[in-house]
Amino acid sequence: MAEKDGDENKVAKQDQLPADKTQTVDSTSGTTQDASHEVQQELVPSDARELEVVDVREGAFGVRGTGDTSGYGGLTRPVMMPGAAQPPFGGWFDEVHDRLQTLTDSHDDRVIEKVVVDRGELTFFIRRHALLEVVTHLRNDDALRFEFCSSISGVHFPHESGRELHVVYHLLSMTHRRRIRLEVTCPDDDPHVPSVVSIYPTADWHERETWDFFGIQFDGHPALTRILMPDDWQGHPQRKDYPLGGIPVEYKGGTIPSPEHRRSYS
Amino acid sequence: MTTVNDPYAGTTESTEGPVFTVTGQDWDSVDASVVEGDRIVVNMGPQHPSTHGVLRLVLEIDGETVRDARPGIGYLHTGIEKNMEFRTWTQGVTFCTRMDYVAPFSNEAAYVAAVEKLLEIEDQVPEKAKIIRVLMLELNRISSHLVCIATGGMEIGALTVMTCGFRDRELILDCFEMISGLRMNHAYFRPGGVAQDLPAGAIEKLHSTVRLLKERLPEYAALCNANPIFKGRLKGVGHLDLAGCLALGLSGPVLRATGYDWDLRRTQPYWGYETYDFDVVTWDEPDAYGRFRVRLEEMWQSLRIVEQATERLAVMEGEPVMVADKKIAWPAQLSVGADGQGNSAEHIRHIMGESMEALIHHFKIVTEGFRVPAGQAYAAIEAPRGEIGCHAVSDGGTRPYRVHFRDPSFVNLQGTSVMSEGGMLSDVIVAIASIDPVMGGVDR
Repeated sequence: MAEKDGDENKVAKQDQLPADKTQTVDSTSGTTQDASHEVQQELVPSDARELEVVDVREGAFGVRGTGDTSGYGGLTRPVMMPGAAQPPFGGWFDEVHDRLQTLTDSHDDRVIEKVVVDRGELTFFIRRHALLEVVTHLRNDDALRFEFCSSISGVHFPHESGRELHVVYHLLSMTHRRRIRLEVTCPDDDPHVPSVVSIYPTADWHERETWDFFGIQFDGHPALTRILMPDDWQGHPQRKDYPLGGIPVEYKGGTIPSPEHRRSYS
Repeated sequence: MTTVNDPYAGTTESTEGPVFTVTGQDWDSVDASVVEGDRIVVNMGPQHPSTHGVLRLVLEIDGETVRDARPGIGYLHTGIEKNMEFRTWTQGVTFCTRMDYVAPFSNEAAYVAAVEKLLEIEDQVPEKAKIIRVLMLELNRISSHLVCIATGGMEIGALTVMTCGFRDRELILDCFEMISGLRMNHAYFRPGGVAQDLPAGAIEKLHSTVRLLKERLPEYAALCNANPIFKGRLKGVGHLDLAGCLALGLSGPVLRATGYDWDLRRTQPYWGYETYDFDVVTWDEPDAYGRFRVRLEEMWQSLRIVEQATERLAVMEGEPVMVADKKIAWPAQLSVGADGQGNSAEHIRHIMGESMEALIHHFKIVTEGFRVPAGQAYAAIEAPRGEIGCHAVSDGGTRPYRVHFRDPSFVNLQGTSVMSEGGMLSDVIVAIASIDPVMGGVDR
């Protein structure tokens, strides 16, 4: 499952779009191109990247299927995350990337699925089977030396089929004063990611929290139990399909719905 | 999962294996023949006056010696991160300020730094807003360290330290109240700047507070530094060296007490910290006493930064404190009306009587909020307890898609076991007090 290719998913995602909306968007020009015009992409400067569609939203104000006559019901907005960048990335980003590739002995996408450079931050999408190998090198190698694991948490993208759950690692190199982010994805029906507790003991509670809130199982964790929710809690609250809860509030005759049921603009 | 033959396991069966409730009063169900030695499991907290909040400790003790210490957390979990996904980006500040309630400005700082990174407006935040933020963060560092020393002292029986600490913290809370309107839970930092400008008389107030603090701070040194009882309780307790700190992810005064001068204000400066004159405080004994001394000296260094920031602000009257971009900036400034705090009468007159477009804009930005381009960002701030990080993910909407806080208390608390195991039961209290966890931040 871990070998599942990112491109496959992208294709699968685009299949869900209406046929006339199958397109890629070039971040620099802002124009849309037909996906078949692959040749054009070679002319784009190297810092340009393809954005990745993770979700498609329709309508506005959170209204669904009410016979909306405002015209907003016809809105379609793809949610696009910054996509893969191509080397050179600039600055020390290349040093880290090249060193990591050398150490893991891979110049295909067997280990590093893709590299995202966005807002001055470097993100490596790591295949989950290679995670332990990668973090071991990241911590131990002199040129990398990410000795401090700041944070581990999860993000749930329910519409990214096959890679719904993301685990995000923020590593800090105190030696070189650098920060990087690792991202590992796993499908909802196989929520397993190797535990990095053996490399970063601090990951213990972070991984427990991520299990607690997202239901991601960290294989090899010494005691993967709930940490913030009660031990007998049902469900994993930070997942997008888990409701916020809350009750409507009455005030001076009017009723204000709970935050979850208020008008949404997202 | 296979059945574990554990004498402490309860009788409740579940698919995950045996359930350990550790609620006590279960002597009858413990199979005495399987238990080795004379160990007793003591449940300390979550309602215990010395555990620094609703922290629960499951201690396995052998006489007075702690053999196994396991912290149990989650008693103050309020779902702040989940709630923030259902509010606008601006409203998020109001939630996250409540996490670590002893250092609320650090929470706000990490959050707005992450949002500003996502919006790519870091360079557009006005200079004055950055200086006010630094000022508030450093005042907050002093008040937070005062609480740490005060409650830490109280927990070992030094009541005078407690009364002094809370007395002096009150001075700083008065400044907070004057500037932000609230003593705690300020929601004062906003994406793009701060909620409002300094009120009239703030500079004078800051001057007099700094003057008073300079008189009061030496009292702690005089009372504690060479006090044989104080040293006897703190020295050599809760030892954790540099390698242990890095492995377990501990940062802040605990890390600096090992002698490593890691301070994000110096190593990865933000908001102009590189332009202030201050020293990073370290100590060469990584124990509770060393951490106390680091905090004591850090208050002096923060005071230096406060003085410099006050000087700079004194000549910046009338300069903007919010980004110029009207699509992000909160439309109205607050003002003090006849009935207390409220919107500025001038702004209300403008939107209600003069410009319909201004009214629409006000309505849209307040109810709908601004959109943040899709992507993710991580921002780290040096909080009084260590690195507080905010990982914010946007899907391009008006609400955060996901916000996660790396709270220093949460991570530092992992050091409890290694600091207390093998020591005396009474030293567990000292070790935890030296970590200074705030459970609001741990549990979020």
